[in-house]
Amino acid sequence: MPITITMPALSPTMTEGRIARWFKTEGEEVIAGDVLAEIETDKATMELEAIDDGILGKILVPGETDGVAVNTPIALVLEEGEDASAMDGFVTSAPVAPAAPAPTTEAAPVAAPVAPAAVAPAASAAEGQRIIASPLARRIATDSGLDLALVKGSGPRGRIVKADVLGAQGTAKSAPAIPAAPSAPIVIPATSVEPTEIPLTTMRKTIAKRLVAAKQEIPHIYLTIECELDALLALRKQVNERKPDSKVSVNDFIVKASALALKDVPAVNASWTDTAMIQYNTIDISIAVAIEGGLITPIVRNADLKSLVVISGEVKELAGRAKEGKLMPEEYQGGGFSISNLGMFGIKEFSAIINPPQSAILAVGAGEQRPVVKDGALSVATVMSCTMSCDHRVVDGALGAQWLAAFKGYIEDPLGMLL
Amino acid sequence: MADTAFDLIVVGGGPGGYVAAIRASQLGLKTALVEAQHLGGICLNWGCIPTKALLKSAEVWHTLQRLDEFGLAADNISFDLDKIVKRSRNVAGQLTGGVSHLLKKNKVTVIDGWAKLNGPGKLNVEKDGKAVGSFTAKHIILATGARARELPGLEADGKLIWTYREALVPNMMPKSLLVVGSGAIGIEFASFFNTLGAEVTVVEVMDRVLPVEDAEISAMAHKAFTKQGMKLHLKTTVTKLDRGKNNVTATLDHGDGKTSQITTDRVIMAVGITGNVENIGLETAGVKADRGHIAVNGYAETGVPGLYAIGDVAGPPWLAHKASHEGIVCVEKIAGVKDVHPFDNSNIPGCTYCSPQVASVGLTEAGATEKGHKVRVGRFPLMANGKAIALGEPDGMIKTVFDDKTGELLGAHMIGAEVTEMIQGYTIARTLETTEAELVHTVFPHPTVSEAMHESVLDSLNRAIHF
Repeated sequence: MPITITMPALSPTMTEGRIARWFKTEGEEVIAGDVLAEIETDKATMELEAIDDGILGKILVPGETDGVAVNTPIALVLEEGEDASAMDGFVTSAPVAPAAPAPTTEAAPVAAPVAPAAVAPAASAAEGQRIIASPLARRIATDSGLDLALVKGSGPRGRIVKADVLGAQGTAKSAPAIPAAPSAPIVIPATSVEPTEIPLTTMRKTIAKRLVAAKQEIPHIYLTIECELDALLALRKQVNERKPDSKVSVNDFIVKASALALKDVPAVNASWTDTAMIQYNTIDISIAVAIEGGLITPIVRNADLKSLVVISGEVKELAGRAKEGKLMPEEYQGGGFSISNLGMFGIKEFSAIINPPQSAILAVGAGEQRPVVKDGALSVATVMSCTMSCDHRVVDGALGAQWLAAFKGYIEDPLGMLL
Repeated sequence: MADTAFDLIVVGGGPGGYVAAIRASQLGLKTALVEAQHLGGICLNWGCIPTKALLKSAEVWHTLQRLDEFGLAADNISFDLDKIVKRSRNVAGQLTGGVSHLLKKNKVTVIDGWAKLNGPGKLNVEKDGKAVGSFTAKHIILATGARARELPGLEADGKLIWTYREALVPNMMPKSLLVVGSGAIGIEFASFFNTLGAEVTVVEVMDRVLPVEDAEISAMAHKAFTKQGMKLHLKTTVTKLDRGKNNVTATLDHGDGKTSQITTDRVIMAVGITGNVENIGLETAGVKADRGHIAVNGYAETGVPGLYAIGDVAGPPWLAHKASHEGIVCVEKIAGVKDVHPFDNSNIPGCTYCSPQVASVGLTEAGATEKGHKVRVGRFPLMANGKAIALGEPDGMIKTVFDDKTGELLGAHMIGAEVTEMIQGYTIARTLETTEAELVHTVFPHPTVSEAMHESVLDSLNRAIHF
């Protein structure tokens, strides 16, 4: 009996993925451990390995197929001694093939068109995960231009019903309007060019979904503080002179200072749930890393316990693998606090969107020389603006301010970080 | 000593109470049910079920009158009212026994007696003036039901002036009958006695019979009843009932200054019902009855922690299936079942088992318009339905009301053969939030009366095939 290979769930939250390419062709021999295919999820690329020896009998979902639902049969592997006829009548369209009862030969006549049956669900899934909604909910959403992907269903098993759509319409209406276009006349080039449609990647869709959910569900508040960097820059110079191989960046100091501030003000290191606030007992910091086509947040775990040099090394290594799409799910899932740093792009200050289920994200601007007034006299200092976005359900303004004060303390007196 | 402490005690063993108790036990709550008289309540003993048994006899009798139409003949046809009533009582008795068995099977403790609240979470139970015991429960559900409403000066005496109770076990076949009230209860009894040959007059205060139904359905019902020989007085009230020796003379006020008198053998009062809120210790728990009913929210909560009310005592619609469903929502909420949705009062079908039958769910056309919907209405007459003609019951219509913009099925209204068995189709459609598009694409079996349900939807789009 052929072995059905199904789309693996590479992480607990994964619902679909992309089959980037197959490394084996039909009829090719496979040995346990061989890489069969490359699977892309929203955040990472993984290799699908063969578990058993055999012959790759049939590829049911070809390479470069998007949106393949988890558990969809994607290939059949023939066991030793089986030939292609073993695949006749193999019911590959069973939704959970591995758990399905062993197909019998009696099933053969009805299940003759093997490949089309198996490919069909994948093809429809390519539009994205199926949204369960009542016909009426769909109609109202379509009429009002509401994207059902953004609506949370309250019906049985999360089905979206009329009331959910009406509720979501209410929220959508309160969203800020798109700013009016500039009134200056726009000169349209004579050779008018059609806009280009760029297909959405899985990662793009996930980012969109999560950010919209975060902005709609989380009551954000924003607290900005200015930190003088001169002492930190001087210390960094000393550290890097001492350890020239491992150049510690300003960002590494920010990670460390954030970790220590979280230790001092643990209430920020928490998540909101409908029934309780979950306060984390480890300090795990997610660091936003821009990658091709999106961004990802690898995590420095137990950052409060690690030295600057260790943090620095870890961030470099994680960021490097993130850019190659090689992070393991556990390396970017979780975390209690995020840092997003656009200082290197010359951004003075900005506000970030919270990365759920976390309750705070620190947006770090560029360190630049600014006039400051000290004791009534004007002088020049290197100043960095940091804006923390907080989930007001968890972090009130005063608590956020307390955290920022602790953070500023470590940044402006960086020796405290080394003690 | 038997157990006296429970997670949940349900007061009243009608279709609300016993269903709630069984569901609670299924969910692992230690549950007791207190019933003073009959398990199964009014529904099984004095309502839904025994009336259906009577009406079946009337239907068969009616068919016997039409034998020739079907090419059949029989001599010496007669009926025996006592036997008809006896059959009805046996049916009720059988089901009451069934409820008792179900409660036992589900390990619900049944306490025989009259329960009275004694402060929050406490109940005293009495039987025939003697204390049965004191019980405590974290949660108490009042499912005490309702009884016939009485109008001052027009009280039933149980002899010449009946309520549904006496009408269910008539000791004589009245030659003439006055029915006061043309709701479901009044019309079903009117239909029963009219079919068996009584001269029936119905008085209704509103401007149409079956006043909760869609106006077009009321009009069709009116026509059918008149054709069957009933006399209907609309916008009319009874101001006086004078009891004679073996008959009653009623004074009718026709509303335009005209009055008239009518003398009939018996009178049936069917002017609505009122909740059983008295003598159950409501005041000790801090709950007030409002016009004969206990106010509750969608989870049947009274506002007093741990005290709930379901079914007739918690207000209209006074229907057994409403009570049962309300009981289930209430109990699941108590047991902490995930994602329990509040009870939705807008999607409860109603059925009246007169001839022709009437069934409906959702908003009437007028109700929908009043709520601001721009409606699209479909109608299909049963005289264009092959099965209805074959059954010899071509009188009737199926009417559907859709929201013009969203295609939401706002309401469905049916009169004719088998409609009480068919209304659930539209009710499911509404629960699933189906629009006219899915109904159009549903294949209805041929030949059935239900094809008219499909055609009615098609007609709302001006696409009916067979009319």
